[in-house]
Amino acid sequence: MNNKTKVFTLFALTLLPSLALAQDELSGANTAWILTSTALVLFMTLPGLSLFYAGLVRTKNVLSVLMQCFSVAVVISLLWLVVGYSIAFGPSESAYWGGLSKMFFNGVVVESMTGDIPETVFASFQMTFAIITPALVVGAFVERIKFSSMLIFSVLWTLIVYFPVANWVWGGGWLGQLGLIDFAGGTVVHITAGVAALVFAIVLGPRDGFLKTPMMPHNLTMSFTGAGMLWVGWFGFNAGSALAADGAAGMAMLVTHLSAATGALTWMVIEWRKYGKASGLGAITGMVAGLATITPASGSVGPAGALIIGLTGGVICYICTNYIKQKLRVDDSLDVFPVHGVGGIVGTFLAAILVSDSLGIFSGNGYAQGMTMGSQLGVQILGIVVVAVYTAVLTYWLIKLVGIMTNGIRVTKDEEQIGLDITDHDEQGYSM
Amino acid sequence: MKLISAIIKPFKSDDVRQALSEVGVNGVTLTEVKGFGRQKGHTELYRGAEYVIDFLPKIKLEVAVSDNIAEQVIEAICSAANTGQIGDGKIFVTNLEQTIRIRTGETGDDAL
Repeated sequence: MNNKTKVFTLFALTLLPSLALAQDELSGANTAWILTSTALVLFMTLPGLSLFYAGLVRTKNVLSVLMQCFSVAVVISLLWLVVGYSIAFGPSESAYWGGLSKMFFNGVVVESMTGDIPETVFASFQMTFAIITPALVVGAFVERIKFSSMLIFSVLWTLIVYFPVANWVWGGGWLGQLGLIDFAGGTVVHITAGVAALVFAIVLGPRDGFLKTPMMPHNLTMSFTGAGMLWVGWFGFNAGSALAADGAAGMAMLVTHLSAATGALTWMVIEWRKYGKASGLGAITGMVAGLATITPASGSVGPAGALIIGLTGGVICYICTNYIKQKLRVDDSLDVFPVHGVGGIVGTFLAAILVSDSLGIFSGNGYAQGMTMGSQLGVQILGIVVVAVYTAVLTYWLIKLVGIMTNGIRVTKDEEQIGLDITDHDEQGYSM
Repeated sequence: MKLISAIIKPFKSDDVRQALSEVGVNGVTLTEVKGFGRQKGHTELYRGAEYVIDFLPKIKLEVAVSDNIAEQVIEAICSAANTGQIGDGKIFVTNLEQTIRIRTGETGDDAL
């Protein structure tokens, strides 16, 4: 079979979108909800995650972190236009990428449809996921990365890691075909971001004075504000991933909320017992852990299942956070891997169990036809391992490449001491 | 004239200001400072990372007074700022050579 003819035919068809793609009647309700979800997920990055991260660094680097998250949103949006949407969701026959036929949104017009919502709405919604994923990685290299290196890395990483993985899982690619359960991005978003963060932190090395001098969060009120925005925005992230305003979206929202609350409480209780006090930073970190963990499973589990997910995610992420920083002494500065990466892994794994409809009160929606707990677990583990290894290998080589392109990825020791706000941007966050 | 500097606990600053007014002090300079003495610091914990904070926040009050009320002022500060706990602070008294009111050029006790 000549694939070229096929691709050409598809390409030609995309030029006639009203004929080729308008399979379904437009649903106003679904469209309205995905428009809303798109705004909610963008709000998670701007300013939710940005504030959450900015509060956790020192005063001299607050603007640099805000700027890193903001500029990721800027460049990834344009990358999405140029080639991202096409690679992730293009119509190619390949199970590994979507091809280049939708570069520059070729053929996407007002009437184009994805299911029963406009393609423009679907593409915008997915764009906000592509934005937040490299923005999450920022937490690994704050306070010591060159702005130029960070920007080039984010673009190339999203291009060769995020877009293909999004295609494998959501764009009709091979992991989706195998039946991988990843409703809203446990593998696509959290494992890719978490693993990239870990690799980056190891290659880049710790901040000057790491574990010797205090590097305290400079403004936890800022982090609390951002954390609240993340919690709310996550409703769009998970419930929006139903791509409809229906019962699945409602259940996704409910289990997302319950897991966030459980994760926060879990972290508080652990700290309370261990140190005698429940810290604010602990509570919001546990919340993020609960949210990251429920993400892949949010379309599969029931409310009581969400309790188990939040609890497990909270405990395991807590242990990993302490282990990686204090024992392994890896300066994944804002704990991206132990919270997002580990949360994504735990959630993707647990989804295979808690989706079962024979667990009594803890039952989920039931397995897809032909799937059992064993086979589902196999697919989930395969998905976790492949995505993690693919991300780790490409991230490593990409850091090396960017190092050559920008003559080193790290600022000088002097610049690090002065702070990136001044050295990278000639600005100060606070004039006091 | 004496220059009286007092390092006190931050939450005692209103009480001390009240006590100073009662003994006839007309002006005080207040600065937020950090330091350590016998109280030492405390520890803070962020995601399991423990940091020892050596310098604790304190308030420094500076009062310039004429010799005849200096003792009263010192007593007022002592009693208002005292909690009986370690870390209540210290008072330093130095001789003050000259005081000038910028607006009028008055000097000495007249300028206080």
